[in-house]
Amino acid sequence: MNFTKLMTSVAVAAGLFAGPAAADDMRIALVVKALGIGFFEAAAEGAEEAAKEIGGVEIIYTGPTDTTAEGQIEVINSLIAQKVDAIAVSANDTDALVPTLKKAMQRGITVVSWDSGVAEDGRQAHLNPSSNALIGNMIIKLAADHLPDGGEVAVLSATTTSTNQNIWIDEMSKVMGNYGGIEVVSTVYGDDLADKSYREATGLMQSHPELDAIIAPTSVGIVAAAQAVADAGKIGQVNVTGLGLPSEMAGAIESGASKSFAIWNPIDLGYSATMLAHQLATEAATAEPGAEISIGRMGTITLDDTNAAAMADPFVYDASNIDDFKEIF
Amino acid sequence: MSLVENAPRHIPDRLRHPLQEKLVRWESLLLAVAVAIFILNSLASPYFLNAWNLSDATFNFTEKAMIAFAMALLIISGEIDLSVAAIIALASTAMGVAMEMGAGTPALVLVGLTTGLMCGAFNGALVTKLGLPSIVVTIGTMSLFRGISYIVLGDGAFRGYPSSFSWFGQGYVFWVISVELVIFAILAVVFGVLLHKTNFGRMVYAIGNNPTGALFSGVRVDRVKMTLFLLTGLMSGLAAVCLTSRLGSTRPSIASGMELEIVTMVVLGGVNILGGSGSIPGVVIAAFVMGLVTFGLGLLNVPGIVMSIFIGLLLIGVIALPRLWAMWRNNAR
Repeated sequence: MNFTKLMTSVAVAAGLFAGPAAADDMRIALVVKALGIGFFEAAAEGAEEAAKEIGGVEIIYTGPTDTTAEGQIEVINSLIAQKVDAIAVSANDTDALVPTLKKAMQRGITVVSWDSGVAEDGRQAHLNPSSNALIGNMIIKLAADHLPDGGEVAVLSATTTSTNQNIWIDEMSKVMGNYGGIEVVSTVYGDDLADKSYREATGLMQSHPELDAIIAPTSVGIVAAAQAVADAGKIGQVNVTGLGLPSEMAGAIESGASKSFAIWNPIDLGYSATMLAHQLATEAATAEPGAEISIGRMGTITLDDTNAAAMADPFVYDASNIDDFKEIF
Repeated sequence: MSLVENAPRHIPDRLRHPLQEKLVRWESLLLAVAVAIFILNSLASPYFLNAWNLSDATFNFTEKAMIAFAMALLIISGEIDLSVAAIIALASTAMGVAMEMGAGTPALVLVGLTTGLMCGAFNGALVTKLGLPSIVVTIGTMSLFRGISYIVLGDGAFRGYPSSFSWFGQGYVFWVISVELVIFAILAVVFGVLLHKTNFGRMVYAIGNNPTGALFSGVRVDRVKMTLFLLTGLMSGLAAVCLTSRLGSTRPSIASGMELEIVTMVVLGGVNILGGSGSIPGVVIAAFVMGLVTFGLGLLNVPGIVMSIFIGLLLIGVIALPRLWAMWRNNAR
């Protein structure tokens, strides 16, 4: 009797999930690192938005339970079996997915990666959320926007050897000329530790009493700096900005310690990945270096030598939109 | 009274009717579940009945099943090895190091198998020489083996295995019959014979049912257990070869969480988790059941979370069923 019960539930589930799919629909699979992560749920929302805009596209949002390459391979195998038209994947492993994705491409499936990329021979194109140059420019712009008359800013980075942060700060220095009157008085390192970042931020405010803004291009540093500013009673005098996560920064935005900060927008990312996959699957665009591909409301992207492209400027979060995103990621 | 004494006595040579016994055997039950799942899958998805798709689906279980066979023997003997997935990670890392040093495909396979064997020997020595409980030992070595991989690799990866090495995990022997499927089939026969047709197999059951009794009957309990740990290590090494070949790269997170899926497969196959009983055909069917369920639900794009709920329900259902059946029969009398 338990057996029948079990089988009935299998049958019921089978019926539930075997939704009607119009045969002429293009099916684009959005494969994420793992299900149940707010960031990717938001990306799926963006993918649905793109599907609605294009019309005649069915989004299959799927992924493994844990962030394992093996789990993703099982998922991709079942997508190949279903003969989907395109797979857009945020990979758990740059290399391990390559053999499976190659097989997908051999069977005529369009493969793109987004967010977390796949090695070059495992995909046709890769979509980065942003580029180093765009991020470098964005972090100084965020500070300058609130300092029309110029002022002193300091950078609170991760470690001295953090590759990403160093590149971004470097890119920032290149565009300093565009922001007249803004002076970077100091760069300190909080090692991506909350307590050290907090002490470094406090130290900055003591050694530079005229400090107007702290730029922290790290999600750990920005939260610690905002806390340090609040504790020093300098809300309104020192603006904390940089790269952070909406869920962690909601308090700082509310208190005014941070007027705005930036990070990629997962909804835009899911939307753009779907658009890119659709463009390539319909052969409206070809994945080759230098190709300009239109991705709907996000404009146009240009593929570089490795067929990778940057989506857009990091998305700015402030008091006007923080409540919509703090629940997401 | 005299009537009873004079009546011809009937002494059954077995407790149940042979046919009835066959019907309520675990394997038959499991086979029925497998067939039902197969039929439901073919009805639910138009993509299920396709030779290439079914062939792809076998990769969901072949590597796990290789280890599950050895694990079944180990569990029947009353021990367990939870470090198998970590052994895969360490063996794969060792192969990566060998590859960097310029080893060819045969040497890589040898390195993988040897590493597995050595890990098994380490587990076995701790359990049999020091008399430590295997569950504790292997929880420890689980962190130890994978820890070494993390130290060697950090957040890096080994890639660039020779193309001939990809034969194990990506090659096909004949049409849709993959190399891994053939290895799986050969091992099923080898382990089936080992457990069910040899003295060694009888000793494994004897140890699982009563280790002290087995010891006093002249069974070298520690030697048998040591052999089983070595076998489990060797099979983990073999699975590492196949998985590494299939992925074409090594990361320290390779095969994470696989040990529980393997134990699930063994228990679903009817092996008593407390030791003493179980069969290889059961494990073979369980491997197919788990592979078919995950692949079938995958075709319907059922999220992985729901899928693990299904595997859990399946496990509980199949385990609870004989118990419920017995209770129902007792009540009916």
